[in-house]
Amino acid sequence: MTSMKRRTFLKGSVATGAVGMAISAGLLTPRMVLAAWPKAAFEATTVDDAINGLFGSSGLTGSEQIKIKAPDIAENGAVVPISVETDISGAESISVIAEKNAQPLAASFVLGAGTEGYVSTRIKMGKTASVIAVVKAGDKLYSTGKEVKVTIGGCGG
Amino acid sequence: MKKLLTATLVLGLLGIFALPAQATPQEDLEKFQNYFYKKFPNTPKDDFINGVYSIDADSREQWESIEEFPPYELSIEKGEKLFNTPFKNGKTYASCFENDGIGIAHRYPFFDTSAGEVITLELAINRCREANGEEPLKYEKGDIADISAHMKYTSRGNTINIVIPDDPRALAAYERGKKNFYAKRGQMNMACADCHIHNAGNKIRADLLSPALGQVTHFPVYRSKWGGMGTLHRRYGGCNKQVRAKPYKAQSPEYRALEYFHTYMSNGLASNGPGARK
Amino acid sequence: MSIKMRAAAQDGVTTIKALISHPMETGTRKDKKTGEKIPAHFIQEVVCEHNGNTVMTAQWGPAISKNPYLSFRFTGGNAGDTVKLSWVDNKGNSDSSEASIN
Repeated sequence: MTSMKRRTFLKGSVATGAVGMAISAGLLTPRMVLAAWPKAAFEATTVDDAINGLFGSSGLTGSEQIKIKAPDIAENGAVVPISVETDISGAESISVIAEKNAQPLAASFVLGAGTEGYVSTRIKMGKTASVIAVVKAGDKLYSTGKEVKVTIGGCGG
Repeated sequence: MKKLLTATLVLGLLGIFALPAQATPQEDLEKFQNYFYKKFPNTPKDDFINGVYSIDADSREQWESIEEFPPYELSIEKGEKLFNTPFKNGKTYASCFENDGIGIAHRYPFFDTSAGEVITLELAINRCREANGEEPLKYEKGDIADISAHMKYTSRGNTINIVIPDDPRALAAYERGKKNFYAKRGQMNMACADCHIHNAGNKIRADLLSPALGQVTHFPVYRSKWGGMGTLHRRYGGCNKQVRAKPYKAQSPEYRALEYFHTYMSNGLASNGPGARK
Repeated sequence: MSIKMRAAAQDGVTTIKALISHPMETGTRKDKKTGEKIPAHFIQEVVCEHNGNTVMTAQWGPAISKNPYLSFRFTGGNAGDTVKLSWVDNKGNSDSSEASIN
């Protein structure tokens, strides 16, 4: 099964293309990419399933040591600037979930050893919902959320 | 004269802002700008170039986050490359513009007295292409928006100072643009002025209406809604469609006249294109 | 070249800001003209390396906005060091770019 997937991935791209170069440079191996991307988590349709898919469990501990910066009312749901900052020691990853998106998991950021507990990006939100940030540290999952209103309609066209 | 003044006074009392037909462009300009300074006393005059972000804190914060690394930077880069790529005949865009096209985009649109028409930046770009044996670009998005973004970026910070030459045709273009701005159109029977003068700062369903002062300065624009760059005339067309009016063609004489009036009204403000908006 | 990157070091912390040109199609949008769904086409992974260390592995889904932005910080990193950012999307396309820390 795995070898079939790998063949599909390599088809037409190894010979020339940047992927081939990246692979030969040792930067990305097909196995690294495919095995690493948590498909089940990204395709999950509930917050619990998304977290389970990422971490194998869904027990969250609320934490005040996670700060989410996100607008109160998103100007445009297609581009919502968000940043998550945490000073929880030993933070290994920060995951961002848009609670009411059809597929709630938006991103998961795996931090290197000397990387700070901070990420900033822009996400799509389908409707008013909580943006939930989950920080994994050790074997615990900490989280906090912030509601972002998403409105549609006006003259923005 | 007296009759005119009385009419203007009445309109003023009714809170309806109108530019009298017989006034000079300079008189129109003072009235127009003073209206907005009065309506938004907490907005620094030079901040009107930032549209709704000058009057709404939450959306300003989002815009500032976007400006950390705005998506139009991709467009500027593309545009610079296009601008510097020679035509098939070996010449470049630089040969068509003053100062090689650097730092001059804020001077558009202008009235070309020899051609007898309003020349906008996008029109000049295509005229340059055609003069050098190249096919013209489409006017609303794509390469034209990227090239315009690059040229406008080199003019960022320059003061807009559209001068209407002492030529009846130039004045006619200005008046035509002014008329367009105030004319009701479409199934919704609305004028640009209805939203962007009378209701500037108010909400139309979920959107905040931007003031007409400083409205053109940031074009071309990367709109999150479009997921890409677009020109001023693309937006004019979109706005017309939103009041269910048939849009004019991009770079038609009507939209060029509108742009002429609309830009003149922002005289004294800084050009800040390309911009990022929702 | 789809990646624009800025790397700046201050007080021992390097801040990376990257803007990537990519459609990030969710796969649910319909083509206005044909009525057909535009296939999903989005970056799945972004990796950033410095001095042979992976400082960031970002796993993305299609809910990351079009022309995606990413910023993060790591300790260490001196002016002149090279930082490398690479991405791979669900169609197997990829790109990478290097920048010097300011």
